[in-house]
Amino acid sequence: MSIVLEHVSYIYEAGTPLAQRALDDICLEIPNGQFVGLIGHTGSGKSTLVQHLNGLMKATEGHVYYNGEDIDAPGYDKKKLRSSVGLVFQYPEHQLFEIDVFSDVCFGPKNLGLPKEEVERRAREALNLVGLSEEYDKQSPFELSGGQKRRAAIAGVLAMGPKVLILDEPTAGLDPRGREEILQQIKRLQVQTGMTILLVSHSMEDVAEYVDRILVMNHGRVMLDGAPREVFRHYKELEEVGLAAPQVTYIMHALHEKGFDVDADATTIEEAAGEIMKALGRSETLRN
Amino acid sequence: MLRDITLGQYYQTDSVIHRLDPRVKLGGTLLFIISLFFFQNMWGYVIAAAFLALVIHLSTVPFRYIVKGMRAILFLLLITVAFNLFLTPGTPLVSFFGGHVRITYEGIRLAVFIALRLCFLIIGSSMMTLTTTPNNLTDGMEKMLRPLKLFKVPVHEVAMMMSIALRFIPILLEETDKIMKAQIARGADFESGKLVQRAKAMVPLLVPLFISAFRRANDLALAMEARCYRGGEGRAKMKPLIYQKRDGIAYLCLGLYLVAGIGIGRL
Ligand SMILES: Nc1ncnc2c1ncn2[C@@H]1O[C@H](COP(=O)(O)OP(=O)(O)OP(=O)(O)O)[C@@H](O)[C@H]1O
Ligand SMILES: [Mg+2]
Repeated sequence: MSIVLEHVSYIYEAGTPLAQRALDDICLEIPNGQFVGLIGHTGSGKSTLVQHLNGLMKATEGHVYYNGEDIDAPGYDKKKLRSSVGLVFQYPEHQLFEIDVFSDVCFGPKNLGLPKEEVERRAREALNLVGLSEEYDKQSPFELSGGQKRRAAIAGVLAMGPKVLILDEPTAGLDPRGREEILQQIKRLQVQTGMTILLVSHSMEDVAEYVDRILVMNHGRVMLDGAPREVFRHYKELEEVGLAAPQVTYIMHALHEKGFDVDADATTIEEAAGEIMKALGRSETLRN
Repeated sequence: MLRDITLGQYYQTDSVIHRLDPRVKLGGTLLFIISLFFFQNMWGYVIAAAFLALVIHLSTVPFRYIVKGMRAILFLLLITVAFNLFLTPGTPLVSFFGGHVRITYEGIRLAVFIALRLCFLIIGSSMMTLTTTPNNLTDGMEKMLRPLKLFKVPVHEVAMMMSIALRFIPILLEETDKIMKAQIARGADFESGKLVQRAKAMVPLLVPLFISAFRRANDLALAMEARCYRGGEGRAKMKPLIYQKRDGIAYLCLGLYLVAGIGIGRL
């Protein structure tokens, strides 16, 4: 049960002077239940990559396997694939269309041909998972706030009952609080359901706290791949490609260089604070 | 998917045809299209084909790319040909179903001519859009239509509307593509089913598309106002259109074609 990419390349507008290699020989495995962060600056190919994972785009070269089966093989059931690999696009609120939130969330499971009760059960469950209570059910999706719209849209994909959830920049254009809320909800979702999650973002700060593994993309290639602390160790390389490690990393490295006995690999603010306290010889409880 | 439609799009490259004054291309396309309706024999079409081939060659746009755009009208073309083929009275050549359906000599002739005329018409006009940026095109149009101002036609506003409409075509295509993919990811099916089902399947596509079109139009209007746009009165051009020597040569070639084409094509 995993997603495997073998030498996947994709070229936009192949055969015209505008041809552009958006993915370049990507090899990758995402095991079940992992929470992966996919990071890269604008135009590095993140959105292109994720669309290959549920068969919306077909690799120009190479193969994508889901649970060991080639998804581009003739006769492969793409519809089933799309219900197992849920993809939430960038600005998903732009795809809302129904008269009320509940019917919109029902759209996905309805397309799977499920009976009405099952559709409604799933929709309710998905809405609960993203934290939209029943009072929103009968509201028009266009009257919700930005963050609520986004959550309704995410619920629309969750209601399909995916085993893998891919979110393309779910926090783009939200205020810090909305961002935090969405990310925490996603984390909770992963813990509760054991779903595989692929979170696309261009902010290290966003993902550092939540993910098990970070993939860094640059010019259509995977540049770094590893646990957050391993990846952030390469913060100088990250800077070269226009990304930045979390601020904590810089502070910890600076402290380390000045001779403080801190673990420079701390990735979250909590960890870092603990380390600093330890180095200063105080107990952690002093923090508050 | 939808990005395959090249009809009416601009093809980025540098060539003599690209550099021509948009007025030459506009006028030329118009005259070329009119000339197609004068031909009464094969030779007119041969000359038109030669002229088109010359333009395509000079423009350096790959022929394949142009033909790709034609796929959009293939259906229309087939219907037209079929109607002309089967419904033209004259000397029958073959007949089916006991003479109820027959193909006549005149029918074949007419069908071939009409098909050629349609193809040339589309290729000719796409040569204009392929080699002229929408901005240039509307600039040219605005300048050509300027005399209409005497009759209180809001020439500048019409030109501006046109350029915005043209600019929005690729944006909306891209948007359609995106929304379509998003709904497919939610299990929507745009390809199979009966007519009614298919029409219904369009709702999840059309509603978000309209909303996004309105949102974009609104944003654009705001952006234009923020830059103090207030219509054509007293507005100067950053790149005024001035005829060059190559434009004169182009007009000359066009004239030669018209004389030769209509002269020989009507013999
Ligand atoms: N529809 C398209 N046609 C042609 N080229 C495209 C298209 N979509 C993307 N590209 C190109 O492919 C490359 C990768 O684009 P992609 O959308 O995957 O980037 P991204 O990493 O998702 O960026 P962002 O952070 O801005 O969302 C870019 O260089 C882009 O210009
Ligand atoms: Mg993207």
